[in-house]
Amino acid sequence: MELKEKLLSSFIALENQVDIDSQVHDIRSEAIKNFEVMGFPSKKMEAWKYTSLNKVLKHDYSIFPKKEAALEFKDVKNYFLQDIDTYKIIFVDGKYSSHLSETTHDKIDVCLMSSALTHEKYKPVIDAYFNKVAVEDGMTSLNTAFSREGAYIHIPKHKLADKPIEIIHFSTSNEAAIMLQPRNLIVVDENAHVQIVERHQSLASHPVFTNSVTEIFVDKRAYVDYYKIQNDNEEASLVDNTFIEQQQESYCAVHTFSFGGDIIRNNLNFYQKGERIDSVLNGVTILEGKQHVDHNTLVNHIEPNCESHQDYKGIFDEKSTGVFNGKIIVEQEAQKTNAFQSNNNILLSDNATINSKPQLEIFADDVKCSHGCTIGQLDDAALFYMRSRGIAEKEARALLMYAFANNVLENVKIPQLKSRINKLIARKLGVSLGFDL
Amino acid sequence: MLEIKGLHAGIEDKEILKGLNLQVKPGEVHAIMGPNGSGKSTLSSVIAGKEEYEVTKGHVIFDGEDLEELAAEERAHRGIFLSFQYPVEIPGVSVTNFIKTAINETRKSKGQEDMPANEMLKMIREKAELLEIDRKFLSRSLNEGFSGGEKKRNEIFQMAMLEPKLAILDETDSGLDIDALRIVSNGVNKLRNKDNAIIVITHYQRLLEYIVPDFVHVLHNGKIVKSGTKELALELEEKGYDWLKEEVKA
Repeated sequence: MELKEKLLSSFIALENQVDIDSQVHDIRSEAIKNFEVMGFPSKKMEAWKYTSLNKVLKHDYSIFPKKEAALEFKDVKNYFLQDIDTYKIIFVDGKYSSHLSETTHDKIDVCLMSSALTHEKYKPVIDAYFNKVAVEDGMTSLNTAFSREGAYIHIPKHKLADKPIEIIHFSTSNEAAIMLQPRNLIVVDENAHVQIVERHQSLASHPVFTNSVTEIFVDKRAYVDYYKIQNDNEEASLVDNTFIEQQQESYCAVHTFSFGGDIIRNNLNFYQKGERIDSVLNGVTILEGKQHVDHNTLVNHIEPNCESHQDYKGIFDEKSTGVFNGKIIVEQEAQKTNAFQSNNNILLSDNATINSKPQLEIFADDVKCSHGCTIGQLDDAALFYMRSRGIAEKEARALLMYAFANNVLENVKIPQLKSRINKLIARKLGVSLGFDL
Repeated sequence: MLEIKGLHAGIEDKEILKGLNLQVKPGEVHAIMGPNGSGKSTLSSVIAGKEEYEVTKGHVIFDGEDLEELAAEERAHRGIFLSFQYPVEIPGVSVTNFIKTAINETRKSKGQEDMPANEMLKMIREKAELLEIDRKFLSRSLNEGFSGGEKKRNEIFQMAMLEPKLAILDETDSGLDIDALRIVSNGVNKLRNKDNAIIVITHYQRLLEYIVPDFVHVLHNGKIVKSGTKELALELEEKGYDWLKEEVKA
């Protein structure tokens, strides 16, 4: 049976497990109809021109994992941030793991989508925000139809999440192949503050296909700093859909570190619905083998006097491929917009590919928009310079790559995370450097 | 320490050095002068191990070892240092981090532990003072946006940190104003001792008033055509290179 058929019939099975008289289920039913019409994206669609899901879709995925995998903290502790206390919302094969998690309801809510969708207490927030900014494309509709579990974070007015929140989705080899569809909702009220680190991690080598949707609402003067770590194994594919709605004078930054996986597609969408908003989109991509990462970004400037800053760096070795498709829309009302976009790439091999495409649609006349894209190789003169000072070739190359990615790395505001990312990069490049950049 | 015997070398089939001989002993300062295109920079690149240059004949022997098979970093580990005519800008790597890495990589190659942080810091402070380098300067990206003088001072600062046995200063005086020239020369002179040697490559005699050489060699058309003491440099300054070219022809 094709995956699409299997999902459609699984939806009927889902209806036996959830409350079908709820408002949320009306949204699900609407979404499955959407998915039925639209199906999976194909390369015929302009936005998916360089990314094919065909090989990902051919596996026979379990849609609902049958049994719970027993995972001990010691087995997975390396995937958590070290030397720092965090809230943790942890899932194993799509199921919430209470003993790996550390949630809270003290002033702020850091808990589960499944409780938020079913408990009366959360209904006002769910009614106001659930599926309000997510678009109705095929992948997002599919996730909406099956939305049941994920992270739910609500930081009320003037509150501060006192420590970073880690959201980790583990998959085990309990199932031969598994499809996961986490659904996250993050609501950050006026003048509230939160830092989040999200990660998808497959613990075995078996096909995993994750179709994740995260909605983030950033109210007036709120502050959100969001980090995505994508360093999964070679059989794990991810379509990560993130939708962010910002209100006036708010700040939201999303940093995406893509170091591994089979096929990764990031759909990152910002909608600026007030004045003097700042949106930041940073990315570092380092790939080898046949890995493929597609960054598809949208910044929609709707109101005047806002800013957006995009900085994506990519390093591609062997036969890896990268895509950067950055769309900026400046609507007619959005005068005095400052929108910056840059995408710089290094190709280390003749067989690596990058497709980079800026798309600017500007309907206002008093704006500053700039975009730049470079594709190059490591600088031989710089390599010789470093080697002549005693730095061996491999280390010299690594140092140059670090340096290339550095202005994105230095924006990582959690020191323990920064050092973790530095280590990940060092391990990836096969070197040990005596310092953190 | 350094012995160059009948060296022929070039780049992309073009022969630039055509039978060059040179001997440098510990404690000596040699100046190599010559007009543009005589092969000065090729010589420094060949000694430092730049891969684009190919040695077709002859040998470069350093401390009894033929350098031919050694990579640039291995030559550096043995104590060869090249001060670049045009130091390369490396955005994203600070001066401090770069020199730390260079020192610890060299120590690693000798099976030594990393230099303890406090020792490193002390050394950086001392050597920065020697070159009149500001502390703030050390946290800037290597050579990025540096003035010509700052770049050259930074080269000599690295030389001071790495304490090479043989330092080659390739046109270190080019683009320097008189103050920077004085600072750089002072630094070099303080680093001179009986165990190390320096090769100064220059077009002009000016630098040699500050870094006084034991020997002066004139390079022309890929060969050393005349050697002498520091007086030869003065003579060249006065008469230019043309009389030598004539002499060589005759």
